[in-house]
Amino acid sequence: MGQFLHTFFSPLDFLRATPQIWNGFQVNLEVMVVAEAFVLVLALLLAIVRGLPGRAAAPLRGAAILYTDIFRGTPLVLVLYIVLGFATLNYVGLSAETLFTNAVIALTLVYTAYVTEVYRAGIESVHPSQRMAARSLGLSYWQSLRYVVLPQAIRRVVPPLLNDFIGLQKDTALISIIGVTESVTQANIYSSNYFNYAGHTVAAVFFIFLTIPLARFTDHIIRQRERRERAQAF
Amino acid sequence: MSANGHFVSLQSVTKRFGDLEVLHDINLDVAEHNVVCLIGASGSGKSTLLRCINLLEQIDGGSIVVDGQTITGTKVDVNQLRQKIGIVFQAYNLFPHMTVLQNVTLAPRKALGISRAKAESHARALLRQIGLEEKAHEFPDRLSGGQQQRVAIVRALATGPKLMLLDEITSALDPQLIGEVLELVRELAKSGMTMIIATHEMSFAREVANKVCFLDAGVIHEEGTPEEILSAPREERTRQFLARVLEGGRL
Repeated sequence: MGQFLHTFFSPLDFLRATPQIWNGFQVNLEVMVVAEAFVLVLALLLAIVRGLPGRAAAPLRGAAILYTDIFRGTPLVLVLYIVLGFATLNYVGLSAETLFTNAVIALTLVYTAYVTEVYRAGIESVHPSQRMAARSLGLSYWQSLRYVVLPQAIRRVVPPLLNDFIGLQKDTALISIIGVTESVTQANIYSSNYFNYAGHTVAAVFFIFLTIPLARFTDHIIRQRERRERAQAF
Repeated sequence: MSANGHFVSLQSVTKRFGDLEVLHDINLDVAEHNVVCLIGASGSGKSTLLRCINLLEQIDGGSIVVDGQTITGTKVDVNQLRQKIGIVFQAYNLFPHMTVLQNVTLAPRKALGISRAKAESHARALLRQIGLEEKAHEFPDRLSGGQQQRVAIVRALATGPKLMLLDEITSALDPQLIGEVLELVRELAKSGMTMIIATHEMSFAREVANKVCFLDAGVIHEEGTPEEILSAPREERTRQFLARVLEGGRL
């Protein structure tokens, strides 16, 4: 038992590892924020493309479906390696050294696929009569989407969006495998220097403390909406 | 004005949903400043007919002329056309994420390009007319059904349409709320608005309509003055329908 506590919870190692892990964790945060920003925008565009009406848009819709099928189906670990492999070809300014960019690209590719589906569910949950009412007033397809459909759709999908972001946050731990020096890398360095895993515990604590507020915020939003809907239903 | 002097003119309009023909050879003329009421059972094609005139549905045959323009031809700017033709739905369809004022000003601002200040003062004037100016900043779910439907009518009026299509606008309302909505429609009729109204309110149809059309299975079976159709229908089907409506009213 003493051995176990020492390996994971030694106070001395906590103190010694924390600055190093914190340095690494800042990289996790940066990757997360940048990837999230890209995901939010790209996924919305893809969801809109998937909802385009008419036969002319069929190839675009097909491409969007193919995209989500591929990147929802491929494990993130594989996508990370594939992006790394692509980067080594030195196209479009990428290389094995553009670590941060490679990580952001891989996470964005995968999470855009998930979040597209979330947006799409939101868009489809807005009753067709809303779009019809907007069109009947003389608003164009895009105006109806912009002012009537999307505001309602996005409001509804905030909780699942936040859930996906908790996932994205945690998956930033995986980018160490393509060489990004982040919290997990730092924990590994620490453990090989001191033969102690307290660094991993510290990294876990950082992730947990980042996730808890987001999870509570998600719960809060869900509760708030339930209350509002109940008020409407009476 | 179209060639035959009518503000709205439907010629041999046919509409299919798949194999089902929901409108069959519909001919209907509406003179300017006139009110035409469409009566008939649910599923008889009243709503579809109104939606075709607003181009929310595409017709499969025939033609529709509104204000001298053949709207079912090619090269029709549907968005511009819809600003001239207001439609109000049974379920109000207000935008729940917008306040009353935002609901009313959205189309004038975004579709007509009117400035926010101008659109809002016009909207407030319209809301004042229906006694709902103090609700301008409320969200629709804070309003009663009757108030919501009146806001929906004002929203449709805000783009300055020359023709209003009302699709069973009192059918979702509690009986005590129907009156305030019909009163607004009555005023619209008095002001000379050309209207086509799908309704189950027979006494209201009798009062405001210049012409009543009885639809059954996508066909106009009988049309005439309210007196002719509602008091002395010639067709057996019309008689049966009216008898059923009266019976329902008594229950």
